[in-house]
Amino acid sequence: MQLNPVPPEELNYEQALAELEAILEALEGGQHPLEETLALFARGQELSLRCAALLDQAELRIEQLESRGGNSSAA
Amino acid sequence: MLTVGELTRYLRQLFEGDDILADVWVCGEISNLSLPASGHVYLTLKDNQAALRCVIWKSIVQRLRVDLKNGQAVEVHGSIGIYEPSGNYQLYIDLLRPAGEGRLYQEYLRLKDQLEAEGLFAPERKRPVPAAPQRIGLVTSPTGAALQDMLNTLRRRYPLAQVIVSPCAVQGSEAPLEIVAALHQLAALPQLPDVILAARGGGSLEDLWAFNDARVVRAIAASPIPVITGVGHETDTTLADYAADLRAPTPTAAAVLATPDVADLSASLRHLTRRLWETIAGKLTTDRSRLTTMERRLARRSPGIRLRTDRQQLDTLNQRTVRIMGSRLQARHLGLNALRARLEALNPQAVLARGYTILTTPAGHIVRSPSDVVPGQHLSARLATGILDLTVDHIVSEE
Repeated sequence: MQLNPVPPEELNYEQALAELEAILEALEGGQHPLEETLALFARGQELSLRCAALLDQAELRIEQLESRGGNSSAA
Repeated sequence: MLTVGELTRYLRQLFEGDDILADVWVCGEISNLSLPASGHVYLTLKDNQAALRCVIWKSIVQRLRVDLKNGQAVEVHGSIGIYEPSGNYQLYIDLLRPAGEGRLYQEYLRLKDQLEAEGLFAPERKRPVPAAPQRIGLVTSPTGAALQDMLNTLRRRYPLAQVIVSPCAVQGSEAPLEIVAALHQLAALPQLPDVILAARGGGSLEDLWAFNDARVVRAIAASPIPVITGVGHETDTTLADYAADLRAPTPTAAAVLATPDVADLSASLRHLTRRLWETIAGKLTTDRSRLTTMERRLARRSPGIRLRTDRQQLDTLNQRTVRIMGSRLQARHLGLNALRARLEALNPQAVLARGYTILTTPAGHIVRSPSDVVPGQHLSARLATGILDLTVDHIVSEE
């Protein structure tokens, strides 16, 4: 399978997780040359660390749109 | 003549046996509201003509969704009884709702039938909500407790998300149009949210009425983005809830339904990582054992083995060679005998046997000519069967 050239730091959680799952499936499914197997594993490790870091560091990002309706009242 | 007690008991039986008084709806305004520590509520219901003493037992009070206030117009249901110690008749309330809610409820049922007939609530319209939304749109009041409840829940459960608050009024006459506008605003974003939570906290049927508005219901049903509603309390089901792709009982529950828990994500990430390690370990073990097998196969073809095999072959060859050479030598031997026989024929001895003689000087030189000798010289004559010593008398001729 073709290794994604994008550095893990540039992936968001979902992307990194999806790629990690794909790598696992490739590793578990097919036969790859040893060098490729090791490269896939190394990439998987990086993705796993990236995901863990994202989970650890995540802070909810909140954005508020301009109210279109005018006078908003509390509830 | 009756005692007071006997008369009161008679009246009580009269009241309790009356079908109307045992199951009655009354409307009026709350006054003399009393909320003692016992948890029971005492109040007087009145209009401009009369007053009615009422009791709400604690168990009923706990189920009320309405904050009771003096001056509030309400509709109540219950039965009339007599409190014998004071001789007062009073209404034991079992249901209480703000005035007009009965009419609202009828309207709610009518609208529900109508929108259901339009197919807005059909199960096949429901879209799956994403398991892990990256962008979550919130349609709610920017100042409401519902917003804080949802943000707290999202912060705790799924801080990976991006939240876009599309503010709107959630009660009052403007609310339906604002809610519709807030939904449209999210649907018009260059990057669409993955899911929308439309929510507000609890309240009376009237408070929640915007979420029963046909315009809101239609906008939710038509939303290009899956919508989760979380309106009011567990017991409230608005028409918006029926139209939503997923209905949560409260705003907090909507935030929970919309997101995975980061703790679960961590656990599944750990699981994936362990699988990664196990896979690579398994692979390497497999590779190593394959390697061992191949090494073994290779060893069978190694130069060492080759040499041994070659040596064996060489031995065989040698033996064959020896055999072949042996027979060849034999053959040659036979040939040699023939040669020898032929050689024998040329043997001077044989010539001598035929009667010839060879003369030699004492030095061993063969005498071929009279000039080879001088008179008086000793010579040897070799015959076939012996040697004669001779002396030269004289030389007869010299050529």
